[in-house]
Amino acid sequence: MKAFIIRRLLLGIVVLFGVVVITFFITRIMPSDPAAQWVGQRATAEQIKAARVELGLDKPLYVQFGRYLQNLVKGNLGYSLKTHQPVMNELKAYIPATLELVLISTIAAVFIGLPLGVISAKRKDRLIDHICRFFSVGAVSLPTFWAGIFLQLIFYRWLGLLPMGDQLSMNVRLMYDIPKITGFITFDSLITGNFFIFKDAILHLILPGITIALYPIGLVARMTRSALLEILNEEYIRAARAYGLPERMVLWSYALKNSLGPTVTVVTLSIGYTLVNTFLVESIFSWPGIGNYVATAVICLDYPAIMGVAIFSACSYVILNLIADVIIAFDPRVRI
Amino acid sequence: MQKASFVPEVLKPRLMETKLSLYLLNRNKLTRLAMITILLLIIIAIFAPYIVPYPSHATGVLNPQDKLLPPSTKYFFGTDELGRDIFSRVLYGTRISLQTALIAVGLALLIGIPLGAIAGATGGYVDEIIMRITDIFLSFPPLLLAIAIAAFLGPNLQNAMLAIAISWWPWYTRIVRGQAVSIRERQFVRAAKAIGTPHIRSIFQHILPNCIAPVIVQASMDLGGVILTAAALSFLGLGAQPPTPEWGLMVSTSRSYFLNAWWYSFFPGIAIFITVLVFNLIGDGLREVLDPKTRKY
Amino acid sequence: MDSYFTVKNLKVNFRNFGGIKKALDLEMLDIYKGETFGLVGESGSGKSVLALTILGLLPIPPGVIESGEIIFQNENLLKKKQEEMISIRGKKISMIFQDPMSSLNPVFTVGEQIIRVICNNEKVSRKEAEKKVLHMIELVKLPDAKNILKKYPHELSGGQRQRIIIAIALSCGAEFLIADEPTRNLDVTIQAGILKLIDELKEELKVTVLFIANNLGLVSAICNRAGIFYKGRIVEMGTVGEVFKNPKHPYTLTLLKAIPKNKEEKIDISRILVEGEKLQGSDGCLYFERCLKREEICRNSIPVLKNIEGTHCVACYKAN
Repeated sequence: MKAFIIRRLLLGIVVLFGVVVITFFITRIMPSDPAAQWVGQRATAEQIKAARVELGLDKPLYVQFGRYLQNLVKGNLGYSLKTHQPVMNELKAYIPATLELVLISTIAAVFIGLPLGVISAKRKDRLIDHICRFFSVGAVSLPTFWAGIFLQLIFYRWLGLLPMGDQLSMNVRLMYDIPKITGFITFDSLITGNFFIFKDAILHLILPGITIALYPIGLVARMTRSALLEILNEEYIRAARAYGLPERMVLWSYALKNSLGPTVTVVTLSIGYTLVNTFLVESIFSWPGIGNYVATAVICLDYPAIMGVAIFSACSYVILNLIADVIIAFDPRVRI
Repeated sequence: MQKASFVPEVLKPRLMETKLSLYLLNRNKLTRLAMITILLLIIIAIFAPYIVPYPSHATGVLNPQDKLLPPSTKYFFGTDELGRDIFSRVLYGTRISLQTALIAVGLALLIGIPLGAIAGATGGYVDEIIMRITDIFLSFPPLLLAIAIAAFLGPNLQNAMLAIAISWWPWYTRIVRGQAVSIRERQFVRAAKAIGTPHIRSIFQHILPNCIAPVIVQASMDLGGVILTAAALSFLGLGAQPPTPEWGLMVSTSRSYFLNAWWYSFFPGIAIFITVLVFNLIGDGLREVLDPKTRKY
Repeated sequence: MDSYFTVKNLKVNFRNFGGIKKALDLEMLDIYKGETFGLVGESGSGKSVLALTILGLLPIPPGVIESGEIIFQNENLLKKKQEEMISIRGKKISMIFQDPMSSLNPVFTVGEQIIRVICNNEKVSRKEAEKKVLHMIELVKLPDAKNILKKYPHELSGGQRQRIIIAIALSCGAEFLIADEPTRNLDVTIQAGILKLIDELKEELKVTVLFIANNLGLVSAICNRAGIFYKGRIVEMGTVGEVFKNPKHPYTLTLLKAIPKNKEEKIDISRILVEGEKLQGSDGCLYFERCLKREEICRNSIPVLKNIEGTHCVACYKAN
């Protein structure tokens, strides 16, 4: 087991290194000049030249890369060309909001998608199966960005029930001191007992939460259904029934535990998709997360910021895949 | 003696299989509805310039006196901020979406199939290197890769297609390699090798034709996802540029107006939804029919 | 002797792509208390379908139970609801499956699997169940019980697994055991051990056994009575002596001839293997196509099981 984890970890580091190399060299072959970006549009040629020296862009490419790597190991991702702030600090400020969305959608995927898939497989070809399937195919076919806009239209514009975007209302931001302990607003306001902020934060979370959770729910429901259908045909399921085990146990324990591999894989996959979908959803709901951050970075070609997000995403995936592999390795059939 | 049929004996089971699959596909009401819809979409895509009421609106002619009008008999889906007929633009968008998806998947196949065949047919170091690269690609969601690549390539529709193709090929490589490895071990390929057929030729003569079918099936199942990805790229400003009547782009521009003009974002969005839905439904139907474990008669 | 288990006029079909396929058409099947009844037939003849139908585990659809009754202890099993069947399965009727490799759940230890069955069926505490498990493992003659219980199925050999399955099947006091080709996927040397075990346990626990096999030799070795199964119908039935010493049905005759008695003897395999030659318009005997003694009457109507002497029944017009 230990050797397995170490091997996967090494592979992860290789992947990360690959991502760093690729993103670094792509940003360097791009036509736009980071130094010009750094000093702004109305800079003189002199200023740009100075900026080039300041950013180390006058050095050969391999020296630049070495320096970048050196900084990376120290946790320094460089400075945003637009705000001149360390990218690391900006990421730290934006990540919690994104994680909040990812967490919600993962919980929904596991606690709604999984049971939907199980029920669907259990009642194959009955009405409830058709409904579940139609819902899940619909959920994965829905353009996330449009679903968000449409929900805003219904719940904000027409019904006036829910706020349109952001994590908190403007007046709440102005009137209260927002507690900052972990950076997760809902969690922080809850443990500091500030229920007014908590309620406001929850109201703001509903629409983006639903929007982002739809796809994972559909995905998990579909995959669980097909994995279970395969397993329910196995002889040991028939045997378990023949020995008088109640259907509940056959389904939720005997069958579901066997589908652990595919289920964990699909949940990992759905977390991955959610992370990407935050890019779309956050800009619609003006959600102050990394999705919004990278969307602006892409438009003004803020390379250090883009690279920072790319490295963050790559790290998340490597860690996610590692966790998934370790969980799957608990299956006694898997020999490491 | 029976008269010899034109179908060679070895192909008969496969032909039967195809017939059976088509029969089963057609029997499922939902799948049949989806197939009819796709046919309709294809017809719309081909004949869009001739059937839309205002063909010029699709290509960027302005009509400011009629801006942001709600749906009416004159403009079925209303008009946008420049007074263009949304109905015409949405119908035209079918063409762009289908085209984008087909070209992107085609490119991905063009990269993926040869790489997979080479990896599977040769084995050894080549195989190892190709497959590790695909592993790295496969550990990221395609949309993320596509966004990153499109961002670096620069925003336009051609680059978006390229970006999608680059993030999609590893899936096909993996399938083809799996097929190729199993075919490589079969007698007829060994026989070809034994009589001295050069390696490359045996790849193209024996291995490729035999692993095309599952890849095509997979590709057709992917079309829905590709359309969605392309729309998302355009929505982010990384795909089609104005005045192209691309659905994702239309939803994106509608964001400044949708609170007072619901139709502006609604119709392009529903067009994406329906198109992706029918492709996914057919994909599901295909999967069910082709997998002997879930196939029901 | 009073009938203990009876199947009457059971008809089971499969709705298939392109129509209906007949799977079972049993006029009569009696099993007496305490005996071992052997059911012999080639693969695909519907033996396993019968086993699943008895336990109420036949997948419906595609299976359809058209008519008939299965009477066990004076109750019709086909009329029972699923919940009632759950209290019969394992406790009264149990089953050994043909493939020990796939009938144990791969992700639970074998001990856990037996304990779950015991806990569920007998409503006892885990502690008591654990005690009982050890007893069961001894009963099926597996050495080093404690150690074996901690293992996962893939860590055991085929013979060990089949013994575990027998232990599970009999752990809750089932008195009627369906053994569906329990030795089919085992080595010949291990087969004998499993058969001996089933035979001994039958005596020890007073179990009635329905032994399904595709091998006449096995049936003649451990069964009291036997039925020959062909395409979902019983064509000959009686005590092992009656059926094997004095076979009446042409199918039984061919089957018996197919066992080589000595090396010199030549077997006419032509009729055993003929499969493709389909004869048109046959509403008659299902064996018609392959029968050596067929006549015009066999073509038009299905012969029913008729008692010819003692308990010996044959379904053939040419039996006498």
